[in-house]
Amino acid sequence: MLNRRTFLKGVVGGFAVTGPGLLVPRSLRAGELPIGATEGAVLAALSGKKPLIKRTYRPPNFETPVRAFSDVITPNDQFFVRWHLANIPQVVAETWRLKVGGDSVEHPFELNLDQLKRSFEPVELFAVCQCAGNRRGFSDPHVPGIQWRAGAMGNARWKGARLKDVLARAGLKADALEIVFDGADYGAIDKTPDFIKSLPLWKALDENTLVAYEMNGEALPHWNGFPVRLVVPGWEGTYWMKQLISISAMPKPEKGFWMSTAYRIPKGKFPLIDRFLSQEGEANTPITEILVNSLMTNVEEGQHLRAGKPTTIEGLAWDGGYGIRTVEVSVDGGRAWQEAQLEKDYGRFSFRAWRHTLTPHQGGKYVLMTKATNRQGSTQPYEFIFNPAGYRNNVVQRITVEVA
Amino acid sequence: MSAHAMKMLNTLLLALVAAFSATALADEEQIKLKEGAGRETVMANCVMCHSIDYIPMNSPFMKKADWQATIDKMVKVMGAPISQDDIPVILDYLTKYYGVE
Repeated sequence: MLNRRTFLKGVVGGFAVTGPGLLVPRSLRAGELPIGATEGAVLAALSGKKPLIKRTYRPPNFETPVRAFSDVITPNDQFFVRWHLANIPQVVAETWRLKVGGDSVEHPFELNLDQLKRSFEPVELFAVCQCAGNRRGFSDPHVPGIQWRAGAMGNARWKGARLKDVLARAGLKADALEIVFDGADYGAIDKTPDFIKSLPLWKALDENTLVAYEMNGEALPHWNGFPVRLVVPGWEGTYWMKQLISISAMPKPEKGFWMSTAYRIPKGKFPLIDRFLSQEGEANTPITEILVNSLMTNVEEGQHLRAGKPTTIEGLAWDGGYGIRTVEVSVDGGRAWQEAQLEKDYGRFSFRAWRHTLTPHQGGKYVLMTKATNRQGSTQPYEFIFNPAGYRNNVVQRITVEVA
Repeated sequence: MSAHAMKMLNTLLLALVAAFSATALADEEQIKLKEGAGRETVMANCVMCHSIDYIPMNSPFMKKADWQATIDKMVKVMGAPISQDDIPVILDYLTKYYGVE
């Protein structure tokens, strides 16, 4: 075991040269995917997309390579793809209709795409869409599911109508409890539960929740929900219904599999702030907001850096809509931390780019770590909060580089 | 009419063609599961709903009980029409070739 004295011997010019990193908790080591997931992860291009990391072909689940995150806005053709059901129709804009109704509205109605664009005030905002299972592949022990690394997320400038404006036109009744969403996708067989999600009324009426028809100034890509998807800033991607075809205000909780069983976390384990009271159970509760997180985007495990030469570490930080206050970088496995420089602010729901320049003077292994803190004071943990579906992994990232 | 059939019909009204790209399907066919007893039964039952890369991706960390839970989920939750006779064959194959003790 490395003792403190041996460890400190390596500290030169503010940087520690660590041994095998024995002072760092085991869970902090760069997690690795199951072997089968690594072997099967080829680069493959879906129609209209650049090659992405293929996790599964059908339904299509494709991950954004980390290098694409060098831009704070994720390009549409590299934005990750995540579907639950195998039948994904090629929706035609001219014939697409959105049904707005449910037991808790006064006047159900239907909209076409032109009407959605023209009848409601357009709103634009930057927001991160992140799969709740992003980084599941690093769970220790591994858990079944799509074995994502860090790229099941993206940041885009979304344009659309406010959901609250659309609902206002239908006239909400006083008993409205949840707003329920359905997309055009469906399972290969009759009995597979349709992918249906709901939001609590308060989140549906948030002025930032959008019925979006543009992504980074263009129509949405087919694989990201053309022609219209829900944008729920601050909340995990599971609520961002793609190929949206119906919105229903209901007086009762939605009971389908995708709400009652999937996308839930054990109660009391996570610092959950946004409550979805009508869906909370005895043992578990729905995932809601995105946890504060960060990612180094221009360094890889085992990368070689030159001694005495300045190197700029670049990365992103994001959270569930409070905004990023600080990003800190450590080059000695988490003992000393220095504040990184934050780049342009695109709003509290967006990725925040940051950079930090370091000059390692002595050769050896350096353990780079990054930790974001949001404006509410929440920060990233060193240990993964284990849960059976591997959700919400925001453990401090750790990359070992070689300096020579 | 079932909800599923209704959605298929609605989908036909709003879409020109069904589905996933032909390229993805061709790529999917290149994935080969390990040779062994039960492989054909796995192929016959699982590919109707999803590509088989789901299997190697989730390996090799699942124990027999974990694969059993997965098969149960597919049958009871996802509605996969897998016959009672096929279930033990699938379970043995997945445990032997894509599982851990």
